[in-house]
Order: sequence, then structure tokens, then C-alpha cells
Amino acid sequence: MRNSFEHKLGKLNNDLILMGGMIEEAIASAITALRDNNAELAQKVVAGDMRVDDSEKSIESQCLSIILREQPVARDLRKVSAALKMVTDMERIGDNASDIAEISLMTDASSILRTVPGIQTMSEKVISMVSGAVDSFVRTDIELANKTITADDEVDDLFIENRNKIVELIKNDSCSGEAAVDTLMIIKYLERIADHAVNICEWVEFFETGEYKNTQII
Amino acid sequence: MEPLKNVKLSTKNVNLYYGENHALKDINLDIATNKITAFIGPSGCGKSTYLKSLNRMNDLIPGCKITGQFLLDGEDIYAEGVDTNVLRRRIGMVFQKPNPFPMSIYDNVAYGPRVHGIRNKSKLDQIVEESLKAAAVFDEVKDRLNKSALSLSGGQQQRICIARAIAVQPEVILMDEPTSALDPVSTLKIEELMNSLKEKYTVAIVTHNMQQATRISDYTAFFLVGEMVEFGETEEIFSRPTDKRTEDYITGRFG
Repeated sequence: MRNSFEHKLGKLNNDLILMGGMIEEAIASAITALRDNNAELAQKVVAGDMRVDDSEKSIESQCLSIILREQPVARDLRKVSAALKMVTDMERIGDNASDIAEISLMTDASSILRTVPGIQTMSEKVISMVSGAVDSFVRTDIELANKTITADDEVDDLFIENRNKIVELIKNDSCSGEAAVDTLMIIKYLERIADHAVNICEWVEFFETGEYKNTQII
Repeated sequence: MEPLKNVKLSTKNVNLYYGENHALKDINLDIATNKITAFIGPSGCGKSTYLKSLNRMNDLIPGCKITGQFLLDGEDIYAEGVDTNVLRRRIGMVFQKPNPFPMSIYDNVAYGPRVHGIRNKSKLDQIVEESLKAAAVFDEVKDRLNKSALSLSGGQQQRICIARAIAVQPEVILMDEPTSALDPVSTLKIEELMNSLKEKYTVAIVTHNMQQATRISDYTAFFLVGEMVEFGETEEIFSRPTDKRTEDYITGRFG
């Protein structure tokens, strides 16, 4: 029964997984492009953001159409509403990855990255959080979602630590002002990406349990 | 909205009167081939009258007068010399309350083909089986084809009626609130069935259930006191209706 509804939900799920794959790749490539000062790769990330934006539009449209036509309830309602919320965070992650790639095209921050190894540690953690968010959705893995949410504290600490290191570099006049400012933006983008990953995980929890940030919202 | 590409049934400037009562007012509406078109509107709005006029069921009502044209594949179905038996074979109907004939399941489905002259037993067997399969009820009744159709549940009876309509290989199937007498599970079965029927047939359905219209139809027409107020793609009608009266009705703010 309700074959066409099942089909629509299946497609929605697949498209979310595909979009998750896109943003995972975008952020990992943006970091690699930055570290290696690889303009070609950075341009690929910037150009690829259009696909992420298109996916967002398509997923939103699918969700609205399902709400209108299928009147989902219970688990189906949670699925569609979670999808509608998390797709915004996924799109933002794509944007921020693209922002990082754009900066790497303007500024060679690779020397600062070498001087401040905490930035590499931070970016690795952020990439793993994005993967964790996407995987927790794909597998509806609450444990992984929780782990990913907890990891955000480490990213926040690393942000402060790295920021202070950059301030030091400016004080000592040991890097260009431009590179320092741009790197500060990069770590802020990374910190924001981690927040978006947390949001995704919270919607995965809502889908599975009906609770959003430990509160029953429906 | 762009004009429909494949029009099966076209209504042009139709007015219908029951005596003094002007029941349909200047209706212009196209029904697309292999699509489901839903007619919605409050009771007495003319949607059922309109549906019935599509296979000339109003002919028998005394004092009913119709002007304008109903074109099936471009041919006027009210033209002189049109055989209503042939017309109703091409445009079948399923009613609100399941109305199987008081005879066996088999005979119900074989009724139409027999009327149209098919006597060959194996040919009839084949038609009955195929029709019951197309109506998604074969598996449930295959072991009791000779039992009375009246012994079945409401949902099964309605699918028998759909099989009976399919058995004469119609081109269009009209449905007048086909699930309003059924429970939710039977309703979903019929809706799922409609979705598969449109691959072969053109379907027009009158429904009081707006959610049903959104679930199953490709196009929706909103009727109000004999007027066809708005017609469009179902998603459009239910997300961005252009007429305030449509908006008020579908959002439950009517009257």
C-alpha cells in the first residue's frame, strides 16, 4: 500500500545521502586545497557548490510536495520535517566549504597552517564531524549523532586556541596581516561548519526519537 | 497554466438546467488523457452533476436541459445518433456506494462483456481475471469467483465495481466519491489502484475529501454554485490558488 508515497520517501532519503556525500567531499577538498595551495581543487569546490544549492532546492521541493500530497504522520512526518530542517544546515556547510576554498584562491595561508598545527587538527575534527553527521543520518545511528554533538566542544576549544595563536603571530609581526585575517576567517568557518553538523545530528535524533534537544516538540 | 497537451474530454460553454435550476454555468474544462482529474467543491456545487453529464447519466432526469458541447476525442457525445450504450462502454462509471449486481463475482465482471456480445467462455474467463487483477482484487477473490459479490467487504465490492467498469475496456473511468463509504485501509487500496489505472485510462473523480484529491490527482477543478471557479495542476491549486474562493474552501474558511 501507498507505493508512490514509499517511492517518494525513498527518493528523498537517497537525495539527502547524495547531498551529504557532496558536502563531505566539499569540506575535505577545501581543506586539502588550502593546505596544498591547490587552486585547481579550490576552484572545483567553488564550482561544485552550485550542485549543493540545487540539491537543497530539490529536497525542499520534495518535502513540501510530500507534506501537501501525502499528509505524512508519525515517523514519516518526523522524517520529512527533519529533512526540511537539516537540508538548510547541509547547504550552509557547502557554502562555508566554498568560502574556505575562495579564500585559499586569494591568500596563501599554507605557511600559517604550518606554523599553527592546531588548525590542521581542527579541520580534521570538523571533517570527521560532518562525516559523523551524514553517517548518523544514513544509518539513523543515535550513538554516532551524540558522539558528533559532543565533539563540538573540542572544535570550540581549538577555535579559541588557534585564534590566540593567530593573534600572537600578528603581535610578533611574523605573518602578513592579510594571511592572518583570512586564516582567522577560515577557522571561524570551520567552527560554524561544526555547529551545522551538530544541528544535523539533532534532527537525526528528532527523527528517531521525536525529541529535539531533549524536548518533545511534537 | 498552459493548455493541456493531450485532451481526452473537452467541455465547451456547457450550461445545464434542472427545470428552473441553473445547475452548471458556462463550464469550460479539459480532461487530460491518462491523468487523474479531481472535482472538488461543497455539496450542491455541481461537481457530481458535471461528472454524470460526461457519460450522459442526466439524460434520464426529466426537465434536464443541456447546452454547449462535451467532446470525447473531439466528437460531441450529445450529437444525434450517438448510442449511449457505446458511449458508456467508452466512458465507464464507479459510484459512491459499491453497487455490485446481486450475482456472482464472476458474473458481475462478465456482465458488460456479455452485453457487448462476448460469449466465448475462455475469452470471458480471461477478461474476468485480467479485470480483477487490474482492480487489485483478484488474489482476494480468485477462490470464490462463483460466490455472490454481495458477500464481500465494502472495499472489495468497490474494487469489483471497478473491475466491472474495466472489463468493457473503457477509455475513461468516472468515479463519484468512490471511497466515501469505505474505511481508511480500503480507501488507500482504491487510491493506490487509481494511480495504476491512469497508465491505461483517463480518470475523473468527484471527491469530498480534499486530502484525497491532493494524494491522487494530477489536476483539480474547484466548483462552486454551478460554476467552475478554478482549474489547474493539483499542486498549484493546493499551494497557490489564484481565486480567493478556492483558497477559502480548501483552507476550511468557507462561508
